[in-house]
Amino acid sequence: MSSPPTMADAPTPVDASAPAEAAPSADPGPRAPMRLLRAVGARLVAVASVLLGAATLAFVGLKLLPGDPVATLLGPQTTASPAVRAQIRADYGFDEPVLRQYLHYLGELLHGRLGESYQLQQPVSALIGEQFRPTLELASAALGLAVVIAVVSAITTAGRRSGLRSALSAWELVAVSTPSFWLGIVLLTVFSFRLQWFPVAGTEGVQTLVLPAVTLALPIAGVLAQVLREGLETALAEPFVVTARARGLSRIAVRVRHAFRHAAIPLLTLSGWLTGTLLGGTVLVEKVFARPGIGALTLQSVNTKDMPVVMGVVLLAALVFVVISQVTDLLYLVIDPRLRKG
Amino acid sequence: MSTDFSPAPASVSASAEPLLVVDGLDVAFPGREPVVRDVSFTLDRGECLAVVGESGSGKSVTARTLVGLTGGGARVTARRLAFDGTDLSALSEKRWRALRGRRIGLVLQDALVSLDPLRTVGAEVAEALRTHAVLPRGQVGARVPALLTDVGIPDPARRARQYPHQLSGGLRQRALIASALAAGPELLLADEPTTALDVTVQAQVLTLLGRLRDEGTSVLMISHDLAAVARLADRVAVMYAGRVVEHGPTERVLTEPEHSYTRALLAAAPTGRAKGTRLSAPVGPARTATPPAPPVGDVLLDVTGIGRSFRGPDGTRHHAVRDVSFTVRAGETLGVVGESGSGKTTAARIVLGWERPDTGTVRFRDAPWSTLPESARRASRGRIQAVQQDPLGSFDPRYSVARILGEAVAAAGLPGGRLRPTRAAHRARVAELLDLVGLSADLLERRPRDMSGGQRQRVAIARALAPSPDLIVCDEPVSALDVSIQAQILDLLADLRAELGLALLFISHDLGVIRHVSDRILVMKDGRVVESGDAERVFTRPEAPYTRELLAAIPRAPTPVDDGAGRGAGPDSAERTAGRVLSGGVVP
Amino acid sequence: MAQATIDKARPVRIRRRGRVGPGVASAFAVLALFALIGLAPGLFTDTSPIETDPLAALRGPGAGHWFGTDQLGRDVFARVLHGARPSLLLGLGATVFALIGGTLWGLASALGGRVADQVGMRLADIMLSLPELLLALFVVTLLGRGTVDVMIAVAVAAMPGYARLVRAEALVVRRSGYVEAAAGLGLLRGVLIVRHVLPNAIGPLLVLGTVGFGTSLIYASGLSFLGLGAQPPSPEWGAMLSEGRGFLETAWWIGVFPGAAVTCAVIAVNVAGRHARARFAGGIAR
Repeated sequence: MSSPPTMADAPTPVDASAPAEAAPSADPGPRAPMRLLRAVGARLVAVASVLLGAATLAFVGLKLLPGDPVATLLGPQTTASPAVRAQIRADYGFDEPVLRQYLHYLGELLHGRLGESYQLQQPVSALIGEQFRPTLELASAALGLAVVIAVVSAITTAGRRSGLRSALSAWELVAVSTPSFWLGIVLLTVFSFRLQWFPVAGTEGVQTLVLPAVTLALPIAGVLAQVLREGLETALAEPFVVTARARGLSRIAVRVRHAFRHAAIPLLTLSGWLTGTLLGGTVLVEKVFARPGIGALTLQSVNTKDMPVVMGVVLLAALVFVVISQVTDLLYLVIDPRLRKG
Repeated sequence: MSTDFSPAPASVSASAEPLLVVDGLDVAFPGREPVVRDVSFTLDRGECLAVVGESGSGKSVTARTLVGLTGGGARVTARRLAFDGTDLSALSEKRWRALRGRRIGLVLQDALVSLDPLRTVGAEVAEALRTHAVLPRGQVGARVPALLTDVGIPDPARRARQYPHQLSGGLRQRALIASALAAGPELLLADEPTTALDVTVQAQVLTLLGRLRDEGTSVLMISHDLAAVARLADRVAVMYAGRVVEHGPTERVLTEPEHSYTRALLAAAPTGRAKGTRLSAPVGPARTATPPAPPVGDVLLDVTGIGRSFRGPDGTRHHAVRDVSFTVRAGETLGVVGESGSGKTTAARIVLGWERPDTGTVRFRDAPWSTLPESARRASRGRIQAVQQDPLGSFDPRYSVARILGEAVAAAGLPGGRLRPTRAAHRARVAELLDLVGLSADLLERRPRDMSGGQRQRVAIARALAPSPDLIVCDEPVSALDVSIQAQILDLLADLRAELGLALLFISHDLGVIRHVSDRILVMKDGRVVESGDAERVFTRPEAPYTRELLAAIPRAPTPVDDGAGRGAGPDSAERTAGRVLSGGVVP
Repeated sequence: MAQATIDKARPVRIRRRGRVGPGVASAFAVLALFALIGLAPGLFTDTSPIETDPLAALRGPGAGHWFGTDQLGRDVFARVLHGARPSLLLGLGATVFALIGGTLWGLASALGGRVADQVGMRLADIMLSLPELLLALFVVTLLGRGTVDVMIAVAVAAMPGYARLVRAEALVVRRSGYVEAAAGLGLLRGVLIVRHVLPNAIGPLLVLGTVGFGTSLIYASGLSFLGLGAQPPSPEWGAMLSEGRGFLETAWWIGVFPGAAVTCAVIAVNVAGRHARARFAGGIAR
């Protein structure tokens, strides 16, 4: 907004902590374990509340699902007798009051049971477990690729006004704007059908992973590169960079030793978005490349209104999200000492 | 002690040339007017030169140029630019790096952002040692605490492990100085090294710089504050609009300034100047002298025992204000002075009704005020108005001056702002307000962010005047302004006060400003009032130890200036020249 | 220059405003063209997008059929043009719906008292913990397939983000110096909200909404691609891509051209969104 006013009276947050001169963090005292315990407890509560919220949301969804669940369960070509229907109704507890069903559902969740698929007659957890590996492989390959592309693209061009920079910026814009399902189709056309470098489908071997990972990675790399470059440029404009260079540091050393940590902070804020994009993106990418995985399972369940499986995937996504956001919070503290208390 | 800072073994400088020679320096950024033009000065070993000027005068750019960090694709040319016989104008980046930190150190304004906030103080200090391999790697860690001790940081081993935000402003600035001195440079460039600090701390840092100078380090000090550098500098160069307009021994420049701009600068500093004198040279329709203050009337504002605490981020309660009482009479100015965090702003917000006190009451015009519900207070809100330090934040960013004042006039015309006075009356009132604060009608369609700081503050004052208030609360109204603009705003407030019979509650950290405007003074520290009384009495015979400490720390120019070089020197000519120079570039 | 005082007028900014670079100009041109195609595809082609011609099936791009023909002999160029309206409307409808819902949600949270705030923001937290596409899929499971259902699903998934922003902006603006200054003149609360809070809180929302339009376009066509939105033979871009997926080996053009249309539209929207953001940041925030 404006440069810092000369001798501001407004107590900035930092001023408030300035009396650190009196008793700083060097001596945490005997109550440190208690404090740690409390901090861990608070985090666990946060994790649990998001999971409970997601579970509740999923349950509400289940109850809102139009139509008779027994009919959905049996499929359209059923010849089941009313007696069989009543039996199913009792087995699944569809007769009980909603609150009772809800509590029962939560109780099952506590024991790690996600219920049973309407269509596949298997426990949801088993279904998800089977499909977990290919998706994990895809997501981690894409993440690694995206980070490498982004870091290279950002470091080489941050703070420079060159043709390379504008070319890379333009490339990032296109990457960010390209729907992954279309990108996948183009890559398939060129590299699988025309050049025949990579197999068209399948999950066996690294070969089959290349195109799907690139498809998932490119749009993400575009966003990461933009944020990283912006972070680097912001950091390079800070006064401490002048101080560091006035100490005799080279441009590169300033980037590596000072600016990089600063640029990592805005990157961290993207972790939630990143998780979501990776997980959501697998649905589309797995469809394009006809790969098995959580995404394919989700799509199949959505198509057959197999609500227990959809609920299971929703809970899994929420779990991954909270775990990652907790890790992110810890990373913030590692990177930025200003956020540490005491 | 001094051994620690003994300059690096200088390559035997055979020439009799001074350590630093700047001759005919020009700096221009692409597509803009040159920011530094034909600047020349020299600096000897163990000497301190102060470069003084207001923002935009080119002084900071000059300092950056001396370490080869002008930046922004600047074009630097000079007849001669030499450090210890080395021509700086044609130095490769590699040779610059060998000079930076090792032989020339740089200290910037605010250590909170000038030290890397993500690294410990020790790491920052060690960096210069490592970069220049001053010591074997193994000894760097041991050397850091010694360096911190040398700049007066107690408990250095612990401080070295802390981060900049964990240190107080004064310690932080010392740490920054230590990091600049680590590799033993012969020349220290200090760019506004004390500007972000409270006065008492400011004095300590200046003392430290003075000691370094005495120990043989050459110091080039950049500042906007002539009085602050006076105690330290051997010579002073005054810069204005990119040029050095005056250059000479400190004593001479302060007592017999030759250039009208220097005189204006000296005259404009309110420090130690008696109340009732004008600070700025008359601009526009001259008001010959400050009109006498209006007669002081009945008690307008009665604050009794107010207290307010806030919960800190770590759950502890922080008492911003405790048991504060004071009164303001109609037509009177009460000055509230204190360093940052002393609770003056919270007290002001309680008076304005933005904050409810936990304890105590505020009565206004002999009626309840702080206890009123907002709906009951709304009708009288116009009677107390505010002028903030940063007026920009107090304007709706979408609004032009005309709309800002128009809204105020409409609201004042009829309570609640539902109906408007007639258009003509409305416009006449806006014009009248502009005239009162000395702004031209050309500015009506401008938005505040496209105006200068002084103009914005005038608009803020005009808006505050719209409801014809009895009391205006001014919270650091001139702190963000250059000293000559500061002077104009202070004079404006004095004029308005006399003309309209306003009472002012004037808050500032700057004792000079406070003395200049106040009838009575309240000194605050840590949320409490430590001293109050008649302004002259507080300044001449302070009772509280803290007040004495504050007064002792004021940077003061030598006495002759107090009689007002700008006023005394020459009947008319000086006065008018000063006015012209100011209006040429700085006057809104 | 790291100087403490600020007293320089900044005329530079005035000059900067209103100037538009060639990239931004062409983005707006592309958007205008797409809008025109969406409104009146007949201006650009006479060929029917649904008329089949088995004799002309699977022809490559050429003079007669610029983008080739599909497995039923339909002209891909005509289908892409006629697909503009349903595809863009899907994204636009979802964005508008999400903006309106998000604004009401955010304002209710910011101004509606503690309980409303807690409920509203916890719900937003939970929804934001799920990937947007998964959330949309969840809603589609509830609603079933179809264009309107996909539109609602995409909107619901985007809503909590807008709600958060609106709430935060409204709180910031409410506590800002100018609202206090206006309140200090004795203005009524309602007048304050309408005159100062809303207009200033809405700017960032519109900026985000522009970028959100691009995202919504991608997700809406993505859901159609998954077979959940527009159904064949409707010439919606995502649905066309889905059909084209089966013919990649023999007829790449069936899928590639509709996808290119989506990408062009999103690029143009994103460039416009960035321009809006930069302009907003330069115009107001500084």
